[in-house]
Amino acid sequence: MAEVKELVKELSEKYGNRRESLIPIFQGIIDKNYYLSKEAMLEVAKQLDVSAADIYGTASFFSFLDTDAKGKYKIRICKSITCDMKGKSGIIATLEEMLKIKVGETTEDLMFSLLHTNCIGLCDQGPAMLINDNYYTKLTAEKVRVILGDYIRNK
Amino acid sequence: MPYSRTRVVDVLFKPLTTAPYEILRKTIQREKKDVINELVDSGLRGRGGAGFPTGMKWKFAAQQKSDVKYVICNADEGEPGTFKDKKLLCEVPRKVISGMAICAWATNATKGYIYLRREYRYLVAQLEEELRIYHEKAKEMGLNFPIEIFLGAGAYVCGEETALIESMEGKRGEPRNKPPYPIQNGFLGKPTIVNNVETFASSAMICRIGAEEYKKMGTADQRGSKLFSISGDSPKEGVHELELGMTLEAFANEFGDGDTKAVQVGGVAGFCIPRKQFKTQIIGEGNTTGGSTMIFNSTRSMYNVLHNYLDFYAEESCGQCTPCRIGTQQLLKGIEAVKSGLKPPSYLDQLIKLSETMRITSKCGLGQSVTNSFSSIVQNFREEMIF
Repeated sequence: MAEVKELVKELSEKYGNRRESLIPIFQGIIDKNYYLSKEAMLEVAKQLDVSAADIYGTASFFSFLDTDAKGKYKIRICKSITCDMKGKSGIIATLEEMLKIKVGETTEDLMFSLLHTNCIGLCDQGPAMLINDNYYTKLTAEKVRVILGDYIRNK
Repeated sequence: MPYSRTRVVDVLFKPLTTAPYEILRKTIQREKKDVINELVDSGLRGRGGAGFPTGMKWKFAAQQKSDVKYVICNADEGEPGTFKDKKLLCEVPRKVISGMAICAWATNATKGYIYLRREYRYLVAQLEEELRIYHEKAKEMGLNFPIEIFLGAGAYVCGEETALIESMEGKRGEPRNKPPYPIQNGFLGKPTIVNNVETFASSAMICRIGAEEYKKMGTADQRGSKLFSISGDSPKEGVHELELGMTLEAFANEFGDGDTKAVQVGGVAGFCIPRKQFKTQIIGEGNTTGGSTMIFNSTRSMYNVLHNYLDFYAEESCGQCTPCRIGTQQLLKGIEAVKSGLKPPSYLDQLIKLSETMRITSKCGLGQSVTNSFSSIVQNFREEMIF
């Protein structure tokens, strides 16, 4: 994990100190530190000269600006209707069993967070999920075991 | 006359035989107002869902006096059941980029953004490479219109153009009051044209084939071709380009599994059309133009479908205006109460009234559209809501 103060400074140099730099800065923090900690948001507030409440208000609005999910790998399972129809529940059961956590939780070693997400545009290939920026389609319990197994081995 | 059989066409994905950005090079040698008029004449309407006439939007934007104007390609494709913009960006990004550049040239815009939804981040690298090629070509043509990617952060409501702009400005993605419209007062207070990915690609194709040719497709009410994202109980899931103006029956015969009970047209913001209306309903007329079509067969519980939609709405409502914030939650609780017997079946009528109130009083399209799917499901599948 990068030192928050340094990181925010570096990102604001790259994207600017303006309010419209906020989302790219947030994204940069998550890429390095996996989530937006309270310290990070306070640092951003100071750097952009915007109230901390406003910064948190913006962060908490967006589903990919994680303020709680601390895992290095975010597993987001689509819960929209067509993925639901094609067996999303079974996929979640497999993931929960493998990771020993429920949806919304993070593993103790801070490697995986399991999350629901709304439509990710893979409706014709459901059930589908994202692990960080990678997508996985037409999931079956067996497929999930292989995919997640790879992540667990290489973590 | 509506078509009783689907007509497959190949315009948007057809490989171009000419060199990259040849359409752009040829178009910018024409008169700007001729190009805009041709677009008006083509009858092209926005392909994101709201269906505003594209040529008119460009015309109004061209009339705005400002040194800085923005063109934003709305690639925040979040409507459940929609994935056609992703396919365009993957397979024919040059058509999309050409459309943006033609728009900028015609309206004197100075800077462009592709607002890419966060869920599609895996497309960034290939799009950046495409933009590099575009910038080279634009330089050769003497066109000064840089385009960059803005990555969203995950919010359905940001597909609404003013919410999209708010989020680009680093704020919560809460829709603004309209007017002023973005073409008057958009990103950073400057005139801004926001169009959907498919709208830009279609604009580029109209510049290539001409409005006359484009208008031959479709019906008097709806011109041209359209991409349909087809999912659900269908053996032919995927993106299909079809002429506009077909009946639901034609659509279900072609893409259903033989047991189609209902088709959700236009995503959760659209209408759920039951089989008994297939003969009379025409896709795109009275329903939305985004192209999401989800097919349900007789094994599906429409209560579960509606519950899923309402859960989605309650989560994605931005919370800014009361009718939408409270309404979405109450509709969800309401159908649960009827299903469990806590409320009598007549309570469904009160809920329909509530959803109608949301149409009138909500600030943006999100809250205004809830009643489309809500009323069409509750009215047509009432017994499934109760038993």
